Amino acid sequence: MRSLIVISSIVMGIWAGIFVVAFSYGLNKQRTQNSIKNSISHIQIHHPEYQKDYDSKFYLKEPDLIKTTLDADSTIKAYAFRSLLNGMVSSPVKSSGVRIIGVNKNQEKELTSIYAGLVNGNYFESKRRNPILVGQALAEKLKIKVQSKVVLTFQDSENNIVSGAFRVCGIFKTQYTKHDQGNVFIENKDIQRLLKSEEFHQVALLCNSIEQVDSTYKKLKTNLTNYEVKDWKSISPELAYADKIMESWLFLIMVIIMLALIFGIINTMLMAIFERRKELGMLMAIGMNRSKIFFLVLTETLFLSIIGAPTGLLLGALTIKITSQTGINLGIIAQGLESVGLSAIIYPEIQPHFYLFITIMVFLFTLIAAIYPSRKALKLKPTEAIRTI
Amino acid sequence: MEIIKTNKLTKIYNNNGMKVLAVNNVDLSINEGEFTAIVGPSGSGKTTLLNMIGGLDNITHGRVEISGTDISTLTDNQLIDFRLQNIGFVFQAYNLIPVLTAKENVEFIMLLQGISEKERKLRSEELLRDVGLVDKLNVRPNQLSGGQQQRVAVARALASKPSFILADEPTANLDSSSTANLLDMMAEMNEKEKVTFLFSTHDQRVIDRAKRIITIEDGKIISDERT
Repeated sequence: MRSLIVISSIVMGIWAGIFVVAFSYGLNKQRTQNSIKNSISHIQIHHPEYQKDYDSKFYLKEPDLIKTTLDADSTIKAYAFRSLLNGMVSSPVKSSGVRIIGVNKNQEKELTSIYAGLVNGNYFESKRRNPILVGQALAEKLKIKVQSKVVLTFQDSENNIVSGAFRVCGIFKTQYTKHDQGNVFIENKDIQRLLKSEEFHQVALLCNSIEQVDSTYKKLKTNLTNYEVKDWKSISPELAYADKIMESWLFLIMVIIMLALIFGIINTMLMAIFERRKELGMLMAIGMNRSKIFFLVLTETLFLSIIGAPTGLLLGALTIKITSQTGINLGIIAQGLESVGLSAIIYPEIQPHFYLFITIMVFLFTLIAAIYPSRKALKLKPTEAIRTI
Repeated sequence: MEIIKTNKLTKIYNNNGMKVLAVNNVDLSINEGEFTAIVGPSGSGKTTLLNMIGGLDNITHGRVEISGTDISTLTDNQLIDFRLQNIGFVFQAYNLIPVLTAKENVEFIMLLQGISEKERKLRSEELLRDVGLVDKLNVRPNQLSGGQQQRVAVARALASKPSFILADEPTANLDSSSTANLLDMMAEMNEKEKVTFLFSTHDQRVIDRAKRIITIEDGKIISDERT
């Protein structure tokens, strides 16, 4: 029974450890992926001065050169030229400050999840002039719906105020409420007609995989020296930082869980020694030397972890396998999660090397946990232990 | 031949700052083949004397020699090994390992001595036959009566081929019939195989069978009689 309790605590400790690690890793990965997919992409190209104060006069001077460079790179999956303006969107009842993003609808469809995230209306398919896509959070704030009319107001490159009436063709929803509330999408041709010039302020691009970003970023930085090229880590340093500290964070979580496990094992093994002190005293009396007594208790504890560890690992792996497909629905706190860019459904994920890491940690910590009870056993005096009833 | 010799053996316990003289300058000599009972009332120092002879308790003053070796000069590990090779113990509460069978309990001490599996098997079966438990080889202690468990304990004590056996109140937990059987068995071993037994007891049934009776009171030997 006692052994069963120790084994169960090891199993539960490992299972919980794996699950927490996988959940945290999945959560962070999803947050990064959501940000990349919804707004920042893998790499962005701007005029070197543009990001200082987002002035629309700093547009990309040679878009054809950029296009040729991007077309020649096979690691690039999709890219989109965008016009970016800071302005105001006004409905009949309310106004809100927004970033106006002028897009090529076909390019954008490949790049971001705006098309996939449409919850109402259509994706620039309206026959009417000046269609606009707004986020659900903004639509609720402005009390507008599909077919509603809104007015966009912004400054052109010569600081003149420009206004235009747009009709809502679709409403989208991403996993980031602030993004939905702060960005509106219109077609490049419409914005350029209002500005009376063909200006692009940003090229956003996606690589075939996140692993290719570093090499593509270096190539583009070398080839497009007149532009500012930034990868997702420098566009959103907080995401890169979270990604960087995740391993240390997960390590810390595991250490905390293992510490709890250690105290559980120490407690149970001390109880085991207390209950069996008569037996241990007899073994000492008849001639079992101290090193053998020490290794007896040590081996017993390790043996329990040999049974518990694989069971916990297996249970953890099975849980991750199932939940990575079904996801864990945190719909009850969806609003809170979406306000920080997280989906309501979390897909736990774990890197294979973590299993090895956890296994080593369990044995190491069990060994540490076994030392104190083993030393305690050595301090038993045979005469006192035998007398115990 | 002298197996056990004590010289001015003294034990003083420190009981919360109060010194208690448990064994007081005891000079004792036990020869090979003796069947000796140390008798006396509770608290007279019988068990303490036995524990010091068996190397289980520290000596305050004096010395204990077992087959010519002064055990107080041995280190802890040397003393443990000395006990393993030279002394057999029979405890009042049997103290068998509950998860092992009778045969495994007897074999265990031989395992500590590094005896081969074949020899362990043969000797454990032979000893259990000698104590009348050949049909209980694979039975665990909880399925044996008190008397049977104490017989296994005697077989275990003999398994290491010790110079002598120390038995602390071996019959204290046994009924009359079990006590008689156990004493018959030990007396037979003493007669036939010249096994030396040293008991501590206040059980009259044991005293009646002993060949030498050493009476101890307040830690001092007050009489030493041979029957």
